[in-house]
Amino acid sequence: MKKISFSLNGEQRFVYITPNEILLDVLRYKMGTKSPKCGCDTGDCGACTILLNGKAVRSCLIFAVEVESQDIVTLEGISRDGLTPLQKALIEHNAFQCGYCAPGMILSATELINSNPHPGEEEIKEAISGNLCRCTGYQPVIDAIKHATKKH
Amino acid sequence: MALPYEFDYAKPASLQDVLVLLAEKGRGARILAGGTDLANELKQGFRVPDVLIDIKGLAELQKIEIRDQRLSIGALVTFSDIRLSGVIRDHAYVLYEAAGLVASPGVRNRATMVGNICSAVACMDSASPLLVHNAMVHCLSMEGERLVPVQKWFVDNRKTLIKEKELVTHVSIPLSSVKCAGAYQKMMRYTGEDLAAANVGVLLFADGRCHVAFGSVGPTPKRSAKLESHFKTKGVNKGSIEEACAMLPGIIKPISDVRASKEYRMHMTKVMLERAVIQAIDRLKVPTLIRG
Ligand code: FES
Ligand code: FES
Repeated sequence: MKKISFSLNGEQRFVYITPNEILLDVLRYKMGTKSPKCGCDTGDCGACTILLNGKAVRSCLIFAVEVESQDIVTLEGISRDGLTPLQKALIEHNAFQCGYCAPGMILSATELINSNPHPGEEEIKEAISGNLCRCTGYQPVIDAIKHATKKH
Repeated sequence: MALPYEFDYAKPASLQDVLVLLAEKGRGARILAGGTDLANELKQGFRVPDVLIDIKGLAELQKIEIRDQRLSIGALVTFSDIRLSGVIRDHAYVLYEAAGLVASPGVRNRATMVGNICSAVACMDSASPLLVHNAMVHCLSMEGERLVPVQKWFVDNRKTLIKEKELVTHVSIPLSSVKCAGAYQKMMRYTGEDLAAANVGVLLFADGRCHVAFGSVGPTPKRSAKLESHFKTKGVNKGSIEEACAMLPGIIKPISDVRASKEYRMHMTKVMLERAVIQAIDRLKVPTLIRG
């Protein structure tokens, strides 16, 4: 067992792991952070998306030992002070049904908005292109992101 | 929840330490950069190592720089880094374009180009661009540096010329003294999908040379000397492009698999070749600096 420590949603946390443990599992089962989900376990679906040092990445393809001293934000972390404008827009647009893809979608869109506050439709589609959704047909998700990012 | 095999993990603080560890562990060591391919391989129980050597602590491998008339791209440079690099856009446009089509942003943020050519899965996106740009692979071991032209690098599906105890530190691309422009075409079912069912890279030079490479239509990605000499003698124009497409069945050997049938791959490769060459012709006309 090896002790690693890193920032999780703004708090300094530590956990004991072995090098063969996948970050997604450690976040869910050792740290109790349940928003990242396992959809495919091979990097294709985006359900396990987290922000690692501000960038959207697949936690199913990262070994927990790699995140020593890094900064991780999950869905739990972005709404600590209440829902973000993006999340509110998603609710208004009824953008999700079962919600399995939602944490990943929201974090991918959050990375986009952080670097590009007023993205165009193509940029929005590009940002969520790796987040698969079985329920919505994507359009309401795209509409909601557009709504949340349009210039006033 | 852990993988059913145990292995150690090391994150050396210097290149020298990586090489020492590699020399000591040989085949028991596997290099970890972005890990997007490696994690999948290990989940499948594919070549389980004694130790993972994480190279992310080595700042020198993160560089994109021009040195001695060559563009050098370090082993830790991700596809997202490539998309943000003006230097790569100006000097290796085919690679720049391909990087934007690798899987999705969430994978590009982590996956490295060097990792892509080291995993060497036949459908990788970096190979055709590096082939048309005449790239060189820089391998380092305790014995020193060994240079392998990317034309020779790929031996078979998932097999390269890397030797045990070697680390690929970077890939370098010669800067072209002649104006050139290129294009990358990828056939996929949907944007955001990881794997190309076939791809084509083209780099056209103002002096009439035209480099052409194909990926995913044979066990290894390849340049086509036949097509290149065809374009050299016939010039690059509508007629010669059509002839080139007609020559394709003698040049590539696509197979049928879950992603596409060989007939469909053949057909689409013709379409992509035509599109890529026409794009390259158009881009070569643009006076601003879209180079290789
Ligand atoms: S569970 Fe990680 S991408 Fe699907
Ligand atoms: S809402 Fe069900 S998967 Fe997206």
